[in-house]
Amino acid sequence: MFRKGWHPSLLPGLAILTAAPGRCLYLGDLAGPLRKGRTMNGIHDLGGMHGLGPVVREENEPVFHADWERAVFAMMLYTMGKRLYNAAEFRHGIERMPPAHYLTARYYERWLHSLERNLVEKGIVSREELEERARQFLEDPAKPLPRREDPEFTAFLLQLVREGGQRSARLETPPRFQVGDRVRARNLHPPGHTRLARYVRGRQGTVAHVYDPWTFPDTHAHGQGRNPQYVYCVRFEARELWGESAEPNQAVYFDLWESYLEPAEGPTAPEREEKG
Amino acid sequence: MSERGTGSGQPAPRRYPLPEEEIAARVRALESLLIEKGLLSSDAIDRVVSAYERDIGPLLGARVVARAWVDPEFRQRLLADATAACRELGIGGLQGEHMVCVENTPTVHNVVVCTLCSCYPWPVLGLPPNWYKSPAYRARIVIEPRRVLREDFGLDIPDSVEIRVWDSSAETRYFVLPERPPGTEGWTEEELASLVTREALIGVARVTVPEAARR
Repeated sequence: MFRKGWHPSLLPGLAILTAAPGRCLYLGDLAGPLRKGRTMNGIHDLGGMHGLGPVVREENEPVFHADWERAVFAMMLYTMGKRLYNAAEFRHGIERMPPAHYLTARYYERWLHSLERNLVEKGIVSREELEERARQFLEDPAKPLPRREDPEFTAFLLQLVREGGQRSARLETPPRFQVGDRVRARNLHPPGHTRLARYVRGRQGTVAHVYDPWTFPDTHAHGQGRNPQYVYCVRFEARELWGESAEPNQAVYFDLWESYLEPAEGPTAPEREEKG
Repeated sequence: MSERGTGSGQPAPRRYPLPEEEIAARVRALESLLIEKGLLSSDAIDRVVSAYERDIGPLLGARVVARAWVDPEFRQRLLADATAACRELGIGGLQGEHMVCVENTPTVHNVVVCTLCSCYPWPVLGLPPNWYKSPAYRARIVIEPRRVLREDFGLDIPDSVEIRVWDSSAETRYFVLPERPPGTEGWTEEELASLVTREALIGVARVTVPEAARR
């Protein structure tokens, strides 16, 4: 996927990376095919990775750094408010970015990538008209944008901002697990979007909270329905997740949809050590 | 290395990061197409952006924290149902439909992350800063939180204090109720709110009293 010499310790942003010809192309590369289909175990699933350097903070950071960031943010809210795609599809659009691009991209550049991909995949804009238009604006950045007002939908969007959009579902069936239950995150590697991060797969924890049922992203991202499930906040001891290298006296709380979980038996890693 | 054309019939390789002019041109392209198709309006861009640049930010979360410090019953309601408690103060909305507030104590320190993307409680904190969304923070805070807090944020958490990392992996959005700093007895809610930072609400800082404000 990468040329020789690429190493994650050079990231992010320090190295200029090159994706190999014919693979993993940025959407802007009209000449090449898009990486089609679904991505599993993507670069976005970062928990526990090493070599990404220090956390870099910006003093007095503005909400947006440029007008194009403002526009990307608003376009996402607008198009999702129009229900042109859903949040799971939007996340999956980001997750399918070529890893080298993902790690070096500005944050709202990732959003742009997913916006373009979703709008093209839904047939709302064509790849060709987008590329042609992008070429025009690259040649003439001062070319004016058309203006359009829509006070009614703008009011709806502002209401969405103030009141929220997502609502939990109701199920006839009771939750499978209760607070205090020992559970294990299943070792699943589903083809496509999932919120089951790699670092909890196969690990045991204890249910700390039972939340309302929410839309299941693994199906909602792929046009297979909402299929709401109960969501559980599970406490994982750091020793269970990271073994001997774990820091002392630490736990991670991770939210998991019901089908990500199975009942667990037997002690967790810290308990085995206490007994042993 | 040239950007275009390898002469092999293969598509040209890409160099990352992409130039900012190219990104800006792509954004304007999409904007103009959506406006022409009736799927975007200029007034919506201005108004939505303005809401997050001017109105919705960490000052709102600071108000929630200050209220919890001065009103023990509100604090109870906040810890039991943060969404409802924030609504009492007129605070709520997108990406805060289900909020949970976790309390720091002398024996427990909480810190929030989203390892898979950038989930964050917008109604109390506004839009997240870049460091929160950075691969480095998302990768490291779950595996070495004590070290990240000490080395990257200058926050020393002794081993005797348990660190709880909340990975916002589903629909719940977490934020931290920090400890009230000593020496603030008798302060008004407004004065207390002015001490509370975004970093404290994420759990990467304590709330402290600046030298100039000490009494």
